[in-house]
Amino acid sequence: MANLDHNPAIAVDTHAHGHDHHDDHDHEEGTFLTKYIFSEDHKVIAKQFLISGIFWAIIGGTLSTIFRIQLGFPNTDMSFLKPILGGWIEGGKLNPEFYLAMVTMHGTIMVFFVLTAGLSGTFSNFLIPLQIGARDMASGFLNMLSYWFFFASSVIMLCSLFIETGPASGGWVIYPPLSALPQAAPGSGTGMTMWLFAMALFIVSSLLGSINYVSTVINMRTKGMTFTRLPLTIWAFFFTAIIGILSFPVLLSAALLLMFDRSMGTSFYLSEIYINGEALPNVGGSAILFQHLFWFLGHPEVYIVLLPALGITSEIIAVNSRKPIFGYKAMIGSIMAITLLSFIVWAHHMFVTGMNPFLGSIFMFLTLIIAIPSAVKAFNYITTLWRGNIVFTPGMLFSIGLVSFFISGGLTGVVLGNSAIDIQLHDTYFVVAHFHLVMGSASFFGMVAGVYHWFPKMFGRMLNEKLGYIHFWMTFIGVYCVFFPLHYTGIAGFPRRYYSFTSYDAFKTFGDLNAFVSTAAIVTFVAQFLFVFNFFYSIFRGRRAPMNPWRANTLEWTTPINPGHGNWVGEIPHVYRWPYDYSKPGAEEDFILQTTPFSATLSSNLEGEVDLVEETNASKAHA
Amino acid sequence: MSSYKSPMVEQESDVAQPTLGMNPKKFSMWLFLLSVVMIFASLTSGYIVRKSEGNWVDFELPPIFWVTTIILVLSSVTHHIAFYQAKKDNLDQVKGWMIITSLLGIGFLVTQFYAWVYLVGINVYFVGNNVAGSFLYVLTGLHALHLISAIIFVLIITVKTFQFKVHSKNILGIELSTTYWHFLDALWIYLFAFLLFFH
Repeated sequence: MANLDHNPAIAVDTHAHGHDHHDDHDHEEGTFLTKYIFSEDHKVIAKQFLISGIFWAIIGGTLSTIFRIQLGFPNTDMSFLKPILGGWIEGGKLNPEFYLAMVTMHGTIMVFFVLTAGLSGTFSNFLIPLQIGARDMASGFLNMLSYWFFFASSVIMLCSLFIETGPASGGWVIYPPLSALPQAAPGSGTGMTMWLFAMALFIVSSLLGSINYVSTVINMRTKGMTFTRLPLTIWAFFFTAIIGILSFPVLLSAALLLMFDRSMGTSFYLSEIYINGEALPNVGGSAILFQHLFWFLGHPEVYIVLLPALGITSEIIAVNSRKPIFGYKAMIGSIMAITLLSFIVWAHHMFVTGMNPFLGSIFMFLTLIIAIPSAVKAFNYITTLWRGNIVFTPGMLFSIGLVSFFISGGLTGVVLGNSAIDIQLHDTYFVVAHFHLVMGSASFFGMVAGVYHWFPKMFGRMLNEKLGYIHFWMTFIGVYCVFFPLHYTGIAGFPRRYYSFTSYDAFKTFGDLNAFVSTAAIVTFVAQFLFVFNFFYSIFRGRRAPMNPWRANTLEWTTPINPGHGNWVGEIPHVYRWPYDYSKPGAEEDFILQTTPFSATLSSNLEGEVDLVEETNASKAHA
Repeated sequence: MSSYKSPMVEQESDVAQPTLGMNPKKFSMWLFLLSVVMIFASLTSGYIVRKSEGNWVDFELPPIFWVTTIILVLSSVTHHIAFYQAKKDNLDQVKGWMIITSLLGIGFLVTQFYAWVYLVGINVYFVGNNVAGSFLYVLTGLHALHLISAIIFVLIITVKTFQFKVHSKNILGIELSTTYWHFLDALWIYLFAFLLFFH
C-alpha cells in the first residue's frame, strides 16, 4: 500500500475494483459454458487458440506427410490411405489434383491457422494483459468474438477438406484465373468458395484480435509501465497487431473482388480467356492487380507470423542467459523498421510478372534493406547469449533453434531478394527451403518455445523436461535434414507444387535426396507427438509449478500460480524498472522483479538510478 | 501531494507514474476506422493500377452524387448537434436530432440508389461491360454497407436516449457514433473527389 498515498481516490478505486474481481471468482465460478467455452477471460481464450492451433498443426503436418510420401517414394502403393482419402487414391496412386489441393491447404493452414491464429492468438492474448499489468483485454467481449469467428472459419475450412470436389487447389496465394474459374480445377469450385468464406471470417477474427491488442497495450498499462519498460514480447505483439490492422483489410478487398469475379461475372481479374476454344465473356481484367493486392497482405503476413516468435525468443533468451537483452532499444528499433519495411517490399514476390525492371530494382533495394534490422536482431540474440550463465531449458533450446533458422533462412532471403537471381530461383524448391526455414520453422520454434516457457503460467504445472529435450533435438536436426537438401533441388531448377520429380530426366538424379527428405519429414512429424503427449499429459499430471519457475522479472510471475479472471488478487502491482535486470552487479540475486523499487536495491543501483532515488526523496521532502 | 506517511519508508521514495492512455473503447474505434481506411485505400489504389493498364471506358458520374454529398454533410452536422445537446443534457433535442440524422442517412442511401439507376440508364452495369463501372458499384456499395451499419448504431443510441441512458455523464456511446458518422462522411467526400479526379 506504500505507493498508493499519492492519489488516495484512485488507489481506493483500483483496490475496490480488484476486490470485485476477486469476489466474483472466489464465490461464483460460473458454469462450464461461461468458464471454458464462451469465456471472456484472456487466459482461457489464449488456451482455446493454442489448442485449436495444435489441432490445425497436426492436420497441416499430416497433409505434408502424405504429399512427401508422393514426392519421396513415388512408386509406393498408397492404398493403405484409402480409409482416409477414399476416392483420392486411384489404383494405389495419389490423385494429382488432390496433391495440388493438399499443397494449397498445407500452406493455408500453416500460415493462417497455425502461425497467425495459433501464435498471435495464443501469446498476444495470454501475455499482453499479464505482462503490462492489466486485468484483461480492452474488450473481453470482442476478444471472445475473435476466437469464435476463428472457430467458425476453422469449421468451414475443415469441412472444405471433405467435400467431393476437394478443397481449394490454386496454391495458398489463390492467384486468379486458377482460383476464379471453376473450370480450372475441381478445387476451384465449391472448395474455393469455402476457402474465401473461411478467410473472410478469419480476417474479421484477426482484426478483432489486433484492435484489442493495440488498444490494450497503449491504454491499459499499470502504473510505472512506460513504453521503455515493456518486455520485448509486448513490443513484438504490438507491432504484429499494427501490421494486421493495416494489411488484413487489403486481403479482404482482394478476396471481395475475387468473389465478385467468381459468382457475379465481373472482370476485375479475368481478361480474355479461352476454354476449350470458347471465349469467356470476361474482358479487360488484370490478374496482376490481384497479385499486388494479395502480396500487400501476403508479405506483411510473414512478419505477422515471425515477429511474435522473435519477441518470445528475446524474452526467453534474456531470462535463460541470466543477462539483460543486448541492445533493448535497438531491438525495438529493428522491430519498428521491419514493420515499416514490410509494407513496401511486396512486389519482390512478383519480379517475374513482367514488371518494369526499374521498379524491380527499387523493390530489390528496399527488400535488401530488411537484412539490416534482421541482422541487428540476430547479433543481439547472440551477444545476449555471449558469456551468459545459460540455462538450457527446453524453451531456451527452441529459442536458440529459432535464432539458427532465422540466420540460415535469412541468408537465402538476401539471395532471393535480388531480382536477377530470382528469375532462376522463382517458384523453385529454393524458395520453399527459404521460407520454411526463416518463416515456417523459425516461427514454429518460437511458438513451441513460448509453450515450454509459459506452460507453468497457463496450467500451473511444468512440462516434462526430458521429453522436451528429445523433442527439441529430433525436431531441430529433422528440420535441417528436411529443408537443407531442398536448396539443391531448387538451384537445380525443380519447380515447387509439381506432382512428380520422376517424369523429368533432369531431376531423376534427385530421387535419393527426395527419399531422404521425405523420411526426415516423416520422422520430424512423428516427433511432434512427443510434444502433443507431453502437453496434454502435463496439463493434468505434470509436476506442480512454483510461482516463478524460471526466476524471471516480468509481471506475469507475480500473479498467483493459477491466476483467476482479473489476474492479480487485490491491487495490480506497480512497475519501477525495465524487465531485464538480470545478474545486476551488487544485487543479492541474479534477477530483480519489475515490481522492486530502486530504493529496495541500493547496493546494485547504477549512477542514474541513484539520482532517481534521491530526486524522488527530495521531491517527497518538499511535499 | 499527500501528508500520509507509510511505515515502509524506503518504498516511499519510488513513484510509479501513471501511464498515458485514452479510453480503450474510443481507441479501438479509431483502430477500426483505420482498417476501414485500408479497405478503401486498397480499392482506390487498385482502381488506379487497373486504369493505368488501359482498356478503360470513361463515363459521366451521376450528377445526383452532388445531392447525395450535400445530404450526407447535412447529416453529419445534425449528428454533431445531437452530440452537443447530449453534453448539455437536452435529451429532447438529442432525440430529435438523432432521428433527423438517421432519416438523412436513409435519404442518402435512397439517393445513392438513384445514382445506380442513373448508371443503368446510361448502360453502365456492375457486370458485363467495362470494369470501370464495376469499380464504381463496388466503391459506392461498400460505402453504403458501412453507412447502414452506422444508421443501426445511430438507432441504437436513439433508443438508449429514450431510455435515459445517454446524457452528459454517459456520453461515450453517442461520441463513438458521432466519430463513425463523421468518418463515413469524410470517406464519401474522399471517394467522390477521387472519382471526379480519376474517372
